[in-house]
Amino acid sequence: MAQIAFTDNLQRHVACPPRSVDGATVRDVLNAVFAEYPALRSYIVDDQRRLRKHVNIFINDALITDRLTLSDAVAPDDRVFVFQALSGG
Amino acid sequence: MSDRFFVASRKGLFDFRKSNGGWRAGAPAFLGEPVTAVLADRRDGAIYAALNLGHFGPKLHRSDDDGATWTELAPPAFPTTDDNKGAPSVELIWTIVPGGEKEPGALWAGTIPGALWRSNDRGESWRLIDSLWNRPEREGWFGGGYDNPGVHSVLVDPRDAAKITLGISCGGVWKSDDSGETWRLTGKGLRSDYTPPEQAEELNNQDPHRLVQCAAAPDTVWCQHHNGVFLSQDGGETFEEFRGIKPAVFGFAVAVDPADWKTAYLVPGVKDECRVPVDGKLVVNKTTDGGKSWTPMSNGLPDEESYDLIYRHALDIDDAGERLVMGSTTGNLWVSENAGERWAPVSAHLPPIAAVSFA
Repeated sequence: MAQIAFTDNLQRHVACPPRSVDGATVRDVLNAVFAEYPALRSYIVDDQRRLRKHVNIFINDALITDRLTLSDAVAPDDRVFVFQALSGG
Repeated sequence: MSDRFFVASRKGLFDFRKSNGGWRAGAPAFLGEPVTAVLADRRDGAIYAALNLGHFGPKLHRSDDDGATWTELAPPAFPTTDDNKGAPSVELIWTIVPGGEKEPGALWAGTIPGALWRSNDRGESWRLIDSLWNRPEREGWFGGGYDNPGVHSVLVDPRDAAKITLGISCGGVWKSDDSGETWRLTGKGLRSDYTPPEQAEELNNQDPHRLVQCAAAPDTVWCQHHNGVFLSQDGGETFEEFRGIKPAVFGFAVAVDPADWKTAYLVPGVKDECRVPVDGKLVVNKTTDGGKSWTPMSNGLPDEESYDLIYRHALDIDDAGERLVMGSTTGNLWVSENAGERWAPVSAHLPPIAAVSFA
């Protein structure tokens, strides 16, 4: 199972504890978490299930490349990190 | 008079109440988060706050205990499509207004991109008004200030809640007589000067910065437009323009006395790229004769050079038509207790203010 963890900055808005979930792509992994925490979805992806502009996802130490459909492959022992981009003021 | 108002700011929602002669706010809700719209629903006491989290998108919350605690609601969201490249997603909840007095729990919301939404269950779920979204004219709308067009004014006729008037920047004035089932583009008499001359009177290109309706005379609709100040006496079907108002005809906000359509308030500014008070002097322009004459009111507003801009939702008037509240992008907040004759600063240290609203 892949390990997925979310930035602390998201924890203050919505429940999103680290999880171990099955999934072959970033989309699968996220959907598995969203099934458990439905309110989390709109924080990570927009109405069209695209990654929000100011959210970044890493698989291990590599930024994902498909922000549109989240098709980057995830291996069972991968770690997936959901971060916020640096912006605002 | 209303002794309470809300301030939606760049860094939280402030709840101001009058006590011992002064206005005070407790700790803000949603500290640090941009609040884009607020509604205190007098029908059931609920308070709604729309947020635009910088990283995590637009959100909607409701309080059923007068602001003590908040419940997150599913915000308006476009249907998901298979080919999602270029498909719409809500970027900003710009306004939330109650439906009719006899429609408890009914709400309208206007968003960027320019769409209208309806909830019949106190914001628990939202329905895109397809009949407007699917209008071919929508392809001709464009953003004004934001990248995409948006619905910022939703007027519900107090005599018949099925009659709706919308202000869209930049997409003109739209009316429905059947609760949004069908729409027609109105606003004859509005005029743009940011399009080729032959397009100046094209209804679909108009940028009504804000529309407000007089509660006692709902056929009277005031419009602070990008190009000037307009008044409709037929519910937004047609408008007449007031030219030459000093110090400027440009602005965003407009308020009308709920009992007297002839009394209205504007906050003029230098047009377009500049958008600051004319000569650095912040004034509120008031008419009491239906727009024929205007008096700049500045008693209590800053004597020194000021750079305050008042956004379109950042001027409000209470039901009595006596008390006004005004908030600026500089984080200044003023209240007038006497219909604009004198303004008193309530705070000079708030975050940039998007909207103010009497409870």
